Amino acid sequence: MAKIDVSIETEDKPAPPPKHPNTCPSCHSHYRDDELQRAQWVCAQCGHHFPMRARARIASLVDEGSFYEESGDLHSEDPLHFFDLRPYAERLAEAEMSTGLADAIVIGQGSIEGRGCELAVMDFAFMGGSMGSVVGEKFSRACDSATERGVPLIAVTSSGGARMQEGILSLMQLPKTVCAVEDLHDAGQAFIVVMSHPTTAGVLASFASMGDILLAEPGALIAFTGPRVVEQTTREKLPDDFGLAEQNLRFGHLDAILERRLIRPTLGRLLRLFA
Amino acid sequence: MAPSEHELRLRDRLNRLRSVPLLGGAKLSVELERLQRQLDRIGQEPTGDEIWRSVELARHPERPYTLDYVEALLDDWFELHGDRGSADDGAMVTGLGKLDGRTVALVGQQKGRDIQERTRRQFGMPYPEGYRKAIRVFELAGLHGFPVISLVDTPGAYPGVAAEQHGQGGAIAMSQAAMARLPVPAVACVIGEGGSGGAIAIALADRVLMQENAIYSVISPEGCAAILWRDAGEAKKAAAAFKPDAAHCLELGVIDAIVPEPEGGAHTNHPEAARLLGESLREQLDELADVPGDELRRRRRAKFRSLGVFA
Repeated sequence: MAKIDVSIETEDKPAPPPKHPNTCPSCHSHYRDDELQRAQWVCAQCGHHFPMRARARIASLVDEGSFYEESGDLHSEDPLHFFDLRPYAERLAEAEMSTGLADAIVIGQGSIEGRGCELAVMDFAFMGGSMGSVVGEKFSRACDSATERGVPLIAVTSSGGARMQEGILSLMQLPKTVCAVEDLHDAGQAFIVVMSHPTTAGVLASFASMGDILLAEPGALIAFTGPRVVEQTTREKLPDDFGLAEQNLRFGHLDAILERRLIRPTLGRLLRLFA
Repeated sequence: MAPSEHELRLRDRLNRLRSVPLLGGAKLSVELERLQRQLDRIGQEPTGDEIWRSVELARHPERPYTLDYVEALLDDWFELHGDRGSADDGAMVTGLGKLDGRTVALVGQQKGRDIQERTRRQFGMPYPEGYRKAIRVFELAGLHGFPVISLVDTPGAYPGVAAEQHGQGGAIAMSQAAMARLPVPAVACVIGEGGSGGAIAIALADRVLMQENAIYSVISPEGCAAILWRDAGEAKKAAAAFKPDAAHCLELGVIDAIVPEPEGGAHTNHPEAARLLGESLREQLDELADVPGDELRRRRRAKFRSLGVFA
């Protein structure tokens, strides 16, 4: 069988994955697929939060059967005909096949504890959750859909940053998503962000930081510049919890850190508060 | 390649200008020449070598910096200091001045000429405090109806422990949001390096210009090479692949116009570079002067929300 290159493009690469995706990187406990799924991909031994795919995340948040996906067929073009070690078009096709997604975000309507909302959920498995034209456009459409239906927008982020293969157009997704949130806010709708591991660079420097409420999962890396780059460029000694959700909470950049099982009930409560 | 929408717009504008009877004379012919030059550049795809020359010129140590343009273009300059919270970031310069008798607010990164100044200004890489200083000045401009000029010249936002602890990502997002709310005209120009989030933080403007040899990019050529080629030495290849030069940015609709530089680059003739920049800034501000605030804001957001290529 041909070996598939699973290298992920992020502005700052997180630690290398453990040997088996079902082995906990922090306490080395090993789980069967169904065990992990039942535990919402949280280690029963040490509480480590495994990455969660977009569709599983949505299923864990919304009322059963309430989700209706929007703009699911939007695909990235290759405006620069970008070619590094391999063509971008090939990387896209491969990511689509391995994830079953058209790009790194899923948007749509749903309800949580009976209250309607719009969701925009990122998937790190698709090219490191990087934000190119499609992620920017779909997030922007989610803002408009929330406005049209008069419901709050909930985003779950997981991203290495802007997608290099679309060059400057990826950078333009920062102001694009910022403008979309500003329009949402002008229309009087709430915006709630749940940051999962990792939420970095271009996504943190745009819509992810613009939530009325900012929540995060334990241990998530939340940084504009990741620890490796900071260490290399500045030779500074890094604190143990550098860039983690816990440090961000301490410095006042988050409202709360929530274990995964508490996210749905918390969102339910917030939707009641903003209603 | 089929002509881009942008190219068609430029051609349309050129034709309209050509058909105008030459009353104002000189000014119009300068504009004609400028448009023709932009079209010529779109016609010919810059090569990898030409792109790399832009990277080198954009980083040239003798290139004019924000304060050089301030000195050449603004009267009654009064520099504003501090973010009103905890610091005064030397990498971000802000202030008020007169451009042709009208008061403008200016925001821009400043790299520093010698090693002491570069250290003091972190080589033009702002901390979150720098972006908060910019936000405060954007708000001040909005309150008093001053048009905003922002000059972009940064390798990127500062990548350090304190910068992260003080909320670098959030500060960059909020600076963009402050610009998205501006009820006054805003014109940005990339005058050297337009490095990633650190640059876009102050470039969400009604009109975005780029000097001929400036670069504007999602990541530095070295950073991109280190990640995708696993070798920072491949920076030239990376730059050729992600095309940070002005001609490509214009073609992609990311910028509205290219500001010409003196022959050989802005560093060869500072006064001439300032004159050319001043001309473009005035022209853009004149065009925006009578647009109501709400309309400016609506168009500005619509413009940025239209950027991207997908199917």
